[in-house]
This record gives sequence, C-alpha cells and structure tokens, in this order.
Amino acid sequence: MNLRLVRDRAARRGFQALTVLCCVLVLPILGGLAIRSGPVLKTQPLWRVLFSSDWSPTQGQFGLLPFLAGTVYVTLLAMLIAVPVSLLTAIFLSEYASRRVCRCVLPLVDVLSGIPSVIYGVWGTLLIVPAVSALAGLGGSYSSGYCLLSGALVLSVMVCPFIIHVAREVLAAVPRGVREASLSLGAGKWQTVKRVVLRRAFPGIVAAVVLGLSRAFGETIAVLMVVGNVPVVPRSLFDPAYPLPALLANNYGEMMSVPLYDSALLFAALALLVMVVAFNLAAKAVLGLARSEAA
Amino acid sequence: MNGTHLQVRNLSVWYGDRRVLRDVTLDIPDRRITAIIGPSGCGKTTLLKCLNRLLETGEDVRVQGQVLVDGEDIYAPRVEVTHIRRKMGLLSQKPQVLPMSIYENVAYGPRIHGERRRRELDRIVEHYLKVASLWDEVRDRLHGPAASLSIGQQQRLCLARGLAVGPEIILGDEPTSALDPRASQNVEQRLGELKRDYTIILVTHILRQARRIADHVIFLYLGEVIEHGPLKEVFGNPRHDLTRRYVEGEIS
Amino acid sequence: MKSGRMDLRGLEETVMRGLMWLALCLVAGSLLLIVAVIAIRGLPSLSLAMLTQTPRGGYYLGKEGGILNAIVGSLYLGAAATGVALAIGLPVVLYINLYARSSGLTARMVRFSMDVLWGIPSIVYGAFGFIVMTAVGLRASLGAAIVTVSLFELPIMVRAMDEVLRLVPREIGEASASLGATRLETAWRVIVRQAMPGLITATLVAFGRGIGDTAAVLFTAGFTDRIPTSPGQPAATLPLAIFFQLGTPFPEVQGRAYAAAAVLTFLVLGVSLLARFFAGRFARNTVK
Repeated sequence: MNLRLVRDRAARRGFQALTVLCCVLVLPILGGLAIRSGPVLKTQPLWRVLFSSDWSPTQGQFGLLPFLAGTVYVTLLAMLIAVPVSLLTAIFLSEYASRRVCRCVLPLVDVLSGIPSVIYGVWGTLLIVPAVSALAGLGGSYSSGYCLLSGALVLSVMVCPFIIHVAREVLAAVPRGVREASLSLGAGKWQTVKRVVLRRAFPGIVAAVVLGLSRAFGETIAVLMVVGNVPVVPRSLFDPAYPLPALLANNYGEMMSVPLYDSALLFAALALLVMVVAFNLAAKAVLGLARSEAA
Repeated sequence: MNGTHLQVRNLSVWYGDRRVLRDVTLDIPDRRITAIIGPSGCGKTTLLKCLNRLLETGEDVRVQGQVLVDGEDIYAPRVEVTHIRRKMGLLSQKPQVLPMSIYENVAYGPRIHGERRRRELDRIVEHYLKVASLWDEVRDRLHGPAASLSIGQQQRLCLARGLAVGPEIILGDEPTSALDPRASQNVEQRLGELKRDYTIILVTHILRQARRIADHVIFLYLGEVIEHGPLKEVFGNPRHDLTRRYVEGEIS
Repeated sequence: MKSGRMDLRGLEETVMRGLMWLALCLVAGSLLLIVAVIAIRGLPSLSLAMLTQTPRGGYYLGKEGGILNAIVGSLYLGAAATGVALAIGLPVVLYINLYARSSGLTARMVRFSMDVLWGIPSIVYGAFGFIVMTAVGLRASLGAAIVTVSLFELPIMVRAMDEVLRLVPREIGEASASLGATRLETAWRVIVRQAMPGLITATLVAFGRGIGDTAAVLFTAGFTDRIPTSPGQPAATLPLAIFFQLGTPFPEVQGRAYAAAAVLTFLVLGVSLLARFFAGRFARNTVK
C-alpha cells in the first residue's frame, strides 16, 4: 500500500473525527451550564428562580423575573420597530428596486450587520440616549435616557439587516411565474405582492422574524450600554430595564465571591441558551417546511 | 474480435427504487471504438460511470453484479479504486477543466501519481498536448488559465489530461455534445487515431456519429442491453425489432 | 364605482411605495449615522500616540498612553481564533461535501448542529469559556479567549464555507477522481483551489466577527495594559478597551473610547470590504 493511500485514509479519519466533534459540540456547552447551575436549583425550585422578582444575591435570593421581563420587553419592543421597517425594505429590494439600487443598498445592509455590537452601544450612548431623554422631557417626564426605549431602538437597528437578509432570500425563492400569473390577470404590483407573493412567502417571513427575534434576545453589550440596568420590572418606556445577558456581563467579576451567585448566573446563561435555541429550531423547522412545500 | 480487458457481468443498478440497469453482461473489445447508443434516459451514462466506479454505491444508489477490469472486480469490497480509475480516461459531456493552468491540468495526473521531475513533466505535457493536437494552439500560453480556452480546446485538453496518466481505456460521455461541428470533427478524428492504442467506449445519442466512428455498438433500451455486436451487424442487419426501429429513427 | 376602486388601488400602491422608500432610507440612514457619529466623536481624540503606545500610569484618569495593547491583542486574538476555527471548520466542510454525501445524514447533522451553534449568543459562549477555564484551573488569558472566540466563529465559518462548496460543480471532482486522484488530493488540489475566493471571504467574515465581539471575551480574556507575549497571559481587546474606558467618569478617557471605537469601526469596515472584494471575484484559474 502506498503513501498516497495511507495519507488519504488518515485524512479521512481526521476529517471524520472533526465532523463528529462538530456534531456534538453543543452537548458540552449545554451540559457544562446545566451542571454548574445545579446548586441554585437545589436550594430553590425552578419556578421560583424564574418567576420571583426578589433579586438579592447576598441574601441568597435569586429571582430572575426582572431580568426575564427586561429581556422580553426590550426584545419585543425592538421587534415592533424592526419588523415593519425590515420587511418593507426586503419587499422593496426584491420586488421594486432596480438592479442598480440593489447593488448600492445590499452592501450597506451587509456592512450594517458586520458592525460590532460595542460600536452600536457607543452610538447609542452618543445619539439615542440623549434623544430619548429629550423625548421624555417633551412628554413632561424626566428620564436619563438610559431606558427600555433606548435599548429597543439600538437593538432594532441591529436586527434589521438580519431580518432583511433572510426575508429577501425567502422572497427571492418565490417563483417568477406566480408573479407573472397575477400581473397578467391585471393585478397591480402591490396587489400582487400582497395577495400572492407575501402569501406564498409567509412561513419564510415568519421564520425570518423569529430568527431576528432570537438574535435580539441574546444581544448583550449594545443593549447593556444604553438600557440602564436596574433590576426591577419596567413600567414605562422611559424606565430602565435589566435584560438577562446584561446581568451576566455585569456581574462576572464578583460572581465567585458570593455563594451560589455563580450558579444563579450560569443558570441564567442556560435559560438564555435554551430559549434562543428553541426559537432558532422553530424558525428552521418552519423554513424547512416552507421549502419542502415549495419544492 | 481480439481479447478484452473490460467485462461486465450481470450488472444491475438502482437509484432508490428505480432500476436503471438490468442485468447487463458485456465484453468490450480491445482497441476498438465501442459506441453505447439508445434513447435518452436509458442508462447509457450510468453504464459508463459504472465502468470506472465513478458511480459510488451510497444511500440512494445500489449496484449489483460485477465489472471486471483485467479480471479484477472493481465493485468488490476493499478494492483500491484509484489505480482502476487511472486505467481509464474520462471525457465528460461538458469539458471539465480543473481550476489551474493549461500546463498544470495535464501535469496534474502524473504529479499525483508521483512524477516530480520537472523535465519529465514538461515532456509529458508536450507529448500529450500534441497527441490531442492542441500543442500548436497553446504552446505560448501554457501557464495561462485553462478556463480561458474555447470549449472545443477544453475538450481536447481534457483528452490530453486523461491520456497523461497512461490509461488503457478512454471513456467518453457524449464528448462532442457541447461542441460546435468543427470542434466535434476534430475530437472525432483524435479518437479515430487513438483506437490504435486504446480501447474507447463512447456514449452517444447521435446515430450518425456512431456510424462514422464506431466499430462496435451496444444498444441500450430502458436499462437493458437489447443488442450488441459489430457496427455493420447492428446497423445493417438488426436482429431485434426495437433496434431496427431505433436505428431507422422511428423511436428516439 | 369602478374608477373609485381603481383610485383606491392606486393610492394603496403609492402609499406602500412611499413607506418602502422611507424604510429603506431609515436602514441606509442609520448606517451612515452610525459611521458619521463614531467618526465625528472619535477622530478628534485619535492621535498617533493612541495607536503606538500602551497605557501609561494614570491612563485611566486621563493621563498619557494609547491603546496599542488592545489593537495588538485584538489582532492576535482574531488571527489565532480564526486559525483554529479554520483548522476545524475547513476539514469538516470538505468532509460533508466530498466524503459523505452532501444530502446524507452526516451532512444534515453537521448543518443542524451548526445552525444551533450559530444561534447561541456570544455571551453564552463567554459563560461556557469561563466554566471550562475555571474547571481546568486556567486564569483569564489570551489562550482562553482564543478558545472561546474560535468556538464562536466556527459555525459562522462553516455555514459560509458550506454555501461556497455546495456551488462547486460535482463534475470537477469527478474529473479529478477519474484521473486516479484520491479524495484528499481532489479536495486539496482541486476543490479548495476552485473555491478559494469564497473560502477567503468566509474566513474574513469570521475574522471580522471575532475581533468585533465583546461578550465572549469579557469573562475570558482578562484585561491588561501590557501586550501579551504568550497565550498564558491576559490580553486586552479593542471592544473591551472601548467598553471599559466608556465606563470611567473622565471625559478624556471617554474621548479615547470614542477614538478606539473609530479604530475598531474602520478595522471591521476594512475587513468587510476586503471580504466583499473576494466574494465578487474569481481566482485566475477558477472554472466558471
């Protein structure tokens, strides 16, 4: 047997091993976090950790509710802003825009999605925070500007390119013939988009939105820098909030010094992981379903 | 008919549940051009790909029976496939140059088989480019990208590349179908010259081409060999009604 | 009556078109606004000293020094993590596209797993890196950060490269195989060459994401004013430098955070432009 074949066989083994590694990589992450979050779950039941709003680590109380609420509020608000803007942009790019406009705009969208989140955070503190503070002043209330609304605005700018990207692909996958059929019946352009294209692309669009949602859910630094970080459930747009990822990022330094603190934080990481992965899988399933229907 | 290097015994192939080849048994004559003809979708290309095991068995593909090259069954387990493929050069429908220069395309095969000497590689490249009658057209741009050649030149480059590994057999899968008439003629001429030294098997759907260059014909219909034999017999005096109707153009 | 309906339809068309333009301007405008704000606030504080010096004593109170430590740290981290991710990712992508059947079970499992990993927020990678670090008794260091960031880059890279390799025509591989090449030879000498521009793009994209990420290195890199000389030492990175400097109450230091932000932005924009340059390009020998 010659050297070439030995080499080929060895490479195959090596490649195979790496492939297996890649297939199971999520298990140690999941397992590690689960094991380390065990201790806190031993002292208090799961529902209490998730739904109690009593967060006082020094007293051994680890209620994550304010943080969960913060995450959910910021994310939903951001999606409320981002979804219409991104979908309209995606529809424009795939249905209306000339090739030249696409060539100008698509790179911009790509660049926007490549900007590091800390830069979004800096931008937020420089521009969004004062603007929101002024807005609150106009409404007759005081806000430092470090609040729910600022977090949501920054976050919405971050997820837009993301949703646009997926939604555009979904729209592009709608066969040309479908549009032509509708147009040849005398339907207008928007009519065609609304009644035919969007209907056909609906599952894919949902998936795009859910993927964006899960991205927003886990975003840490940019939101952390503008959202205020006060562990109470926010009551208005101008109240500060404290999302889960921010909790993790802010407290890594001291988590070893308080008993069970690290366990509680790693449980928060686990919760974040599980939720985001669930969103992603759901979106993927919808996309897969839509694709198999289209085929 | 003289001896044979290449025998097919009871070969059947399934794609999923679909059986695309049924119990094919053939001896391919040496140093002749054998044309595989038949309507499209009848399994011509599948048969050809079986001959050098480019059709790998996998989840969707099942192969039964034997393909014997010099008496060795290439579908036997543990057989080492690279030296078998080396015995056969392949010309595909669309010429497929490799992403490298003209020179490197031809030198690729000898290189992977261990030829390192620069001089020898130069000699091989020149020799086989001449055999494929491409040398004069490319001698000044040997190190330019192969993808910049015309499609007819690319097919001749593929021929030179295939010959450079020293095969005994040339497999052609409709090698002229993407070429214009002049380029086709050029490739046909090369094949005509090469049959002195090589066994050539050609899939074609052009009956006139088979008539022009083949010595031996295999007629496949829906995965079955209906008839095979010397050109004159199959075309001049078909034994089977289906063959007659096919060569007379009634079915296509 | 009929014309009324038509008018309504025309009106709807116009309104929707207007809204789309508005949305487009918002998206494009926010990008310009980000770059403009960062440039306007960052460039005035940017000086040669900032790029060529490490922090001196009292730097974080507004005294002399620069962010060279963070720039070099980011480049070390980005390069090493991308290298690790490439060394794992490229073989895997080659395996699922050339060795296993591209639509087979193994390939599907890898793609599924990469989708899952891709969705995991970087802060969770950071937390995981931290667990591993403490479990094996390491301290926060360049090495720990490299492991964490390479994990974070891996799915980004694999997914991008998979897209690239799926576009390589099967016949190119068959042409090489029919000459008696082994799979490894085909993969390495033919397929990788054919896909080279796309693979470079994928690598650059992963690199850009790697150097830009904060949350994954927050727990794992440590932070130091010195330039690391071995993987065992703590390291600073640009995002961390921005984050920490912004947290101080001194305007001079905050100004430097803006300057560092400008440096990071231009670095990432540069990488992303470079990636685009390769993406739209064929290598000299690429077969179309």
